[in-house]
Amino acid sequence: MTRPTPETLAHSARRARPATEPAGDADHAPAPRTGAAPATPAVRQPATAQVSGAGSLVRSLEALGVDVVFGIPGGAILPAYDPLYDSTVRHILVRHEQGAGHAATGYAQATGKVGVCMATSGPGATNLVTPIADAYMDSVPMVAITGQVARPSIGTDAFQEADIQGITLPITKHNFLVQTAEEIPQVLAEAFHLASTGRPGPVLVDIPKDVLQAPTTFTWPPTLDLPGYRPTLHPHGKQIREAARLMTSARRPVLYVGGGVLKAGATEGLRRLAELTGIPVVTTLMALGAFPDSHRQHLGMPGMHGTVAAVYGLQKSDLIVALGARFDDRVTGKLDSFAPDATVVHADIDPAEIGKNRHADVPIVGDARHVIDELIAAVTAEQAARPAADLADWWNQLDDLRGRYPLGYEEPADGTLSPQYVIKRLGEIAGPDTVYVAGVGQHQMWASQFISYEKPYTWLNSGGLGTMGYAVPAAMGAKVGKPDTTVWAVDGDGCFQMTNQELATCALEGIPIKVAVINNGNLGMVRQWQTLFYGERYSNTELGTHKHRIPDFVKLAEALGCVGLRCENAADVDKTIEAAMAITDAPVVIDFVVGKDAMVWPMVAAGTSNDEIMFARGVRPAFDEDEL
Amino acid sequence: MTMHTLSVLVENKPGVLARVSGLFSRRGFNIDSLAVGETENPDVSRITIVVNAESSPLEQVTKQLNKLVNVLKIVELDPQVSVARELLLVKVRADRNARGQVLETVALFRARVVDVAPDTLTIEATGTPDKLDALLRDLEPFGIKEMVQSGTVAIGRGSRSITAGPALRAA
Repeated sequence: MTRPTPETLAHSARRARPATEPAGDADHAPAPRTGAAPATPAVRQPATAQVSGAGSLVRSLEALGVDVVFGIPGGAILPAYDPLYDSTVRHILVRHEQGAGHAATGYAQATGKVGVCMATSGPGATNLVTPIADAYMDSVPMVAITGQVARPSIGTDAFQEADIQGITLPITKHNFLVQTAEEIPQVLAEAFHLASTGRPGPVLVDIPKDVLQAPTTFTWPPTLDLPGYRPTLHPHGKQIREAARLMTSARRPVLYVGGGVLKAGATEGLRRLAELTGIPVVTTLMALGAFPDSHRQHLGMPGMHGTVAAVYGLQKSDLIVALGARFDDRVTGKLDSFAPDATVVHADIDPAEIGKNRHADVPIVGDARHVIDELIAAVTAEQAARPAADLADWWNQLDDLRGRYPLGYEEPADGTLSPQYVIKRLGEIAGPDTVYVAGVGQHQMWASQFISYEKPYTWLNSGGLGTMGYAVPAAMGAKVGKPDTTVWAVDGDGCFQMTNQELATCALEGIPIKVAVINNGNLGMVRQWQTLFYGERYSNTELGTHKHRIPDFVKLAEALGCVGLRCENAADVDKTIEAAMAITDAPVVIDFVVGKDAMVWPMVAAGTSNDEIMFARGVRPAFDEDEL
Repeated sequence: MTMHTLSVLVENKPGVLARVSGLFSRRGFNIDSLAVGETENPDVSRITIVVNAESSPLEQVTKQLNKLVNVLKIVELDPQVSVARELLLVKVRADRNARGQVLETVALFRARVVDVAPDTLTIEATGTPDKLDALLRDLEPFGIKEMVQSGTVAIGRGSRSITAGPALRAA
C-alpha cells in the first residue's frame, strides 16, 4: 500500500509548477473529483515577485487555478481587495457572507472543484460559520479566507475581532491563522490540498490585516509541509477479497451508496459493479444521481423519507455493502434495530466513519473509486471460481414491494395545488441535465422523491446540517460553476426568506438561476411533525405568505431584479415552468402557491425503528414475513 | 471503564493542544490527566493523555484524533510494558514536634524535601499515581496545606521508540 508521504506531497506540489503544466484556461479545466493532486494551476504569473501579503494571496489563488471567489470586503480583508481588483480571479460581491459560503459550496458540489469564499474579520467571519458547518457535514471542498485584526490587536477585543480559528475548530477539516506574509503561498496551497483530497471538507485561512499589508516575496510553487496528513486512498487487498466473497455468496445483499461515491467520481464504476453483481442499490440523500433513478436495480433512497423498498431492503438484508456512506441516523432509524441480520462491509476514505455508528464486519479504508474498481476485479475473480448466489427470491420480494408501495401522493381534497405535482412536473420539463438545488424541509424531500436523477452532480442539497436557506446561494454558485447548465432551486417559502437577498447578486452579476418557491405558507416540515406528533397544535409555523401575502414573492423577485411569476392551479403549472425555462437572461422566481396539508411519505418517525415505516398516515406496509 | 494512556505526538505549533483537548470534550470524553512537552525533536511535542473509557468509544476518539492534521502519531501505552510517572509537590504542616515523623515518611517514599519553613515542609515526589496516593494518605494526618500534581507522563519499556518513523523524521 502506498501512502502519500510528505515527500510525495511536496512532489505533487512541485508538479503544480505553472511552467510545467500545459497551458490552458482554468475555467475549462477538468474538475479534479478526487485524488491527491492539488487544484490545477493556471499559467499566469512568474514564479517570484515582490508583492504585499495581499498580493501574495491573490497570486496564490491565481496559481491554484481559482476562477471565482464569493465574498464581501470589509476593514480587515480590505488589503486583499486591492490586488483582486486587477486579478483574473472573478470576485462575486454577495449580499450576505452566508450567501458567499453556500455559493462556494454549490460551486464545489456542481463542479468538483474547490469553492472559495472570502469575508472580513468579526461579523464577516462569523456569518460564514453556518456554511462552513454545512460544508463540513457534507464533506464539501471549500476554502474560506477571512481577514483578521492586525497581529498586535489580536486578543484585545479589538473592533470587529472574533477568534474565527477557535470558533471554526470543530467545523473545519483544518484551519490556519497566518503568522507571516512569507507563509501565505504555502498555507494557501496546503489549504486547497487539504480541502480537496482525502475526505474533502472546508478549510479556513485567517489572515491578519498587517500580514496582508506586509511586503513579501511571492514564490510559487511552495512546498507542502503536512507530515500528519496521509489519507489512505488504496484499500487493503485482503479486505477487498473478503468483501467480494460476501458479495457473491449473500442471499439478500444491498449496495448502500453515499455521497463519497460522487466525491470520488466513482459513478461509472458503481454502475459496473452493480450490474456485475445484480445487487440492489440504494442511494442516500447525498448520493442521488450517483446511480440512475431509472435503473432497474435502483430501489431509491433509504431513510426517514425513503422508499418502502429501499428501507425494507436494508432492513431485511443479510449483507450491506456501504460505499462512501456513514450510517447517519436519518438512514438507520433506531440504531439497535437497524438491519439486524446484516453483515456489514463498510468502505470509506475516513477511517473514523468505519464502525462509528454500526459495527463493520469488513472495514475497508479507501477512496470509493479505488475501492469500487478493486471490488469489480475481485468479484469477477470470485464469480469465475464459483457460482454466485441466486438473488431471484430477493428480487421477487423487492419487486413486489416496489409494485405495491411506489412513491406517490394524493391530490389535496381541498382543491389546492399539490406541491408534489409541481415538483414532479418541474423535473419532467427541466429534464435530467438540469442541476436541482433544494433547501431543507418538505420541498427538499419531495424534490428528492419526485425528480428523477439520472446523472451525477445534478442534485445539490444540505444533507447533514439541514441548513434552511441553502438553495438560492448554492444555486448561484452552481450556475457560476456551470454557466451552460440550467440550474433550478427548489425552495420553500420559509427557506427562501432566509437567503433570497442573493437574487440581487444573481441579477447584477448575470447569474440566471431559476427558483421554484413551493409556497405552502408554513414551515411545512415542522407543521407536518406538529400534525403527527403534537396534536395538530400549529405553534409558530404559519408564515403568512398565504394569508397576508407578505411578502409577495412576485413583487419581491421583481424588486431584486428578477422575473417574478405566480402559479396557483394545476392547469398553469406546465406553462409557468415553460415560461421560466424560456427566460435565459435573468433570474426567475415562480411563486407556486400550494396547499399546506400535504405531507411527506413514506416516513420513519424520528427515533423509531425502520421496521415502523409508514407508507402513508395510518398505513403500515404489509410485509409478508413468511417470505423471509 | 478502564484507564487508557495515550501518547499523542503532534506538531509543535500554536493551538494544537486546543485542537486535541477540544476534540475530547466535543466527543463527550473526560480527560483524567494531560501532560504536554517537547520531545527529542523540537518540532514534535508529546501529549500524554489518560482517559477513562470503554474500548470502542476510545477507538473512535483515537481515529478522530488521527484526523487532526497536526497529529503525527498515536500510541496507546500498555501499563504492563510501560513506565508512567507523575510529579507531586506538597506543602505539609510540620512543626518541631511533627517534623521527625514527616521526614521519616519522606524517606520511606524516597521523596525529597525541597523547601523548609518554620512550620511546613514542601515535599517533591515522583512515582506512579498509586505511590503518590499512598504518600498523600500518610501525609494527610499532619495536615496538607497545599498540593499540586502534574499529569501522567509515560514511556514504553525496552529499546523501541515511538518517535521513530518516516512521518516524524520529516517533521
